[in-house]
Amino acid sequence: MTGNTQPGSTARLLDRSDERYKHADTIGSTIRAFVDRVRSGDLGSLPVVVGLVVICTAFQSLNPVFLAPDNLVNLLFDCSTVGVISLGIVCVLMVGEIDLSVGSVSGFSSALVGVLWVNQDWPVAVAIVTALVLGAAIGALYAFLFNRLGMPSFVSTLAGLLAWLGLQLYLLGSSGSINLPYGSPLVNFGQMLVMPAIVSYLLAALAGLVVFVTGYRMAARRQAAGLSASSLGRMLLKAVLVTVVLEFIVYYLNLGRGVPWMFGLFVSLCVVMNYALTRTKWGRSMSAVGGNREAARRAGIKVRRIYATAFMLCSTLAAAGGILAAARLASSSQQAGTGDVNLNAIAAAVIGGTSLFGGRGSAYSALLGIIVIQSIASGLTLLDLSSSLRYMITGAVLAIAVIVDSLARRSRMSHGRA
Amino acid sequence: MATIPDIEHPLDGPRELVLSLRGMSKNFGAVSALTDVDLDVHAGEVVALVGDNGAGKSTLVKILAGVHQPTSGTIAFGGEHVVLPDPATALGLGIATVFQDLALCENLDVVANIFLGRELNPTRLDEVSMEVRAWTLLNELSARIPSVREPVASLSGGQRQTVAIARSLLTEPKLILLDEPTAALGVAQTAEVLDLIERVRARGLGVIMISHNMEDVRAVADRIVVLRLGRNNGEFGPDASNQDLVTAITGADENSVSRRAVRRRAQQSPEVRS
Repeated sequence: MTGNTQPGSTARLLDRSDERYKHADTIGSTIRAFVDRVRSGDLGSLPVVVGLVVICTAFQSLNPVFLAPDNLVNLLFDCSTVGVISLGIVCVLMVGEIDLSVGSVSGFSSALVGVLWVNQDWPVAVAIVTALVLGAAIGALYAFLFNRLGMPSFVSTLAGLLAWLGLQLYLLGSSGSINLPYGSPLVNFGQMLVMPAIVSYLLAALAGLVVFVTGYRMAARRQAAGLSASSLGRMLLKAVLVTVVLEFIVYYLNLGRGVPWMFGLFVSLCVVMNYALTRTKWGRSMSAVGGNREAARRAGIKVRRIYATAFMLCSTLAAAGGILAAARLASSSQQAGTGDVNLNAIAAAVIGGTSLFGGRGSAYSALLGIIVIQSIASGLTLLDLSSSLRYMITGAVLAIAVIVDSLARRSRMSHGRA
Repeated sequence: MATIPDIEHPLDGPRELVLSLRGMSKNFGAVSALTDVDLDVHAGEVVALVGDNGAGKSTLVKILAGVHQPTSGTIAFGGEHVVLPDPATALGLGIATVFQDLALCENLDVVANIFLGRELNPTRLDEVSMEVRAWTLLNELSARIPSVREPVASLSGGQRQTVAIARSLLTEPKLILLDEPTAALGVAQTAEVLDLIERVRARGLGVIMISHNMEDVRAVADRIVVLRLGRNNGEFGPDASNQDLVTAITGADENSVSRRAVRRRAQQSPEVRS
């Protein structure tokens, strides 16, 4: 402990002894640091916020129903299904790989749940668990092909895309679709269940409280260890901001049907994933493998195991997303998981700020990205545009997102931020 | 420039033998990269490993790091016979390696890189303790890193070398292997890294350093071991002449270096030519 024990104003914090480094201590300098970061290509979630503002203004001016509470509630129901799949995509992108078969895996698992639950009369919970386990097994297969046979993930998962789609069609047989019973808990969960207003307000307040308490405890520990810590005022401001924004969103949604439980499930998965990626050794290893695989291997990280967890988590979450989608539509059909599901899931992760090149990403990028994608889809549906136009516009948005990612990456490299 | 602490000369008195290689051989298919190489390293001693390209220096270091397996030969570490099947085992025994390409993750910050693979509290990372320990290590090395919370991508070559060395010291190793620590560094950064090596030696560690730069080698090494075509080809003190070293490295009095020297002398004084 070098400086902090000395009395007087000359005491220096352990991490503040180098005068060359600019520290953002005041609110003004925090804003300046943020501008610097953005200019150097560290965009964070800025493109999403800008994109959302543009989308909302455009669609709202074209059709005033767009921002109506009930439309937003529907939007959140739709977000949750592909969002969960996108969360898995974040995992594989973190290690610099890709899974192109998430759509097919989700379709396969929705077909499996339909067959086992409705046709074979299995208990619904057992059918769901079976689908999730098979999803994990598919991920394990990709990991085996990648780790042991050196098969590039985009090829193995492209093969998987076809194979699982075939399996889905085989399971559904000639009828082509299975209707899930209305009124069953699973379908209710996917279509109707919203949080009681009081619960949603409490959860929003809880989020602010958690932000404050974790920030306060971290600051106290850093101070005790002789490191710089953020001030009480800043932490309070942050916590209050989070609470106010969340409470407003919840209030607005409660003007309509309320906050869907399914969206609550998706958000809690994001929170858990965020914790795992940022605060655990596993998450650190994921970033390391994505950033420099050889360095990670030499640091003693079991690289193969990390790849395996990434692939397995991705396809398990894809299976979960498929089950949610079946619940949302109250059917397991041949169309489930086909079309734009794959690309929407990947696009959501990339738009949210997870890099296609590995090593950079966050669980919340799935949440933010899927809201952007679904807003576009919902807006275009309200405008009554054909799916041909919808595909073209979504494709253009994905292309723009990847261009922003590539340009930001180039800029980061020239500004010394990998 | 930071001051070098006063240290007794490392060769005074008997020193504990840290590492002893006997009869090391390594074949890659039909190619013998190493043949019957012996090497000893004592505590608090810097051994420089020199040799031309393809002399087997890096192969030897990789065997010690657990990256390659020797075809034959024995490794004694701290007096005991050991086998190094993988990098983790070598690290666990106390052999730390700083590779030529440093093997840092540029997308992670300095703390994350120093603790990579050895994070404190795996299920709830103890960032505060890790940051304090990182600063302590860097301060011990008198390193000058502006912030440990910036990604490594923003650091200079010398600073990255410092981070790599600090990382190798985290496990309290007994032996540290440095593969070309000063290649690609500027004059000032080279001097800082050489200071760093002396501080590591002052902590009683054995150091093996690979280098092509004879000046750097003579500046810090206590012994210079020459490899040539995968075999031991002489051992020198730090006061050995450049001529002797080059002869041992190239394997002949008559070599491209000496021919070049003769030619230059001849050009500078044409009347000498007979």
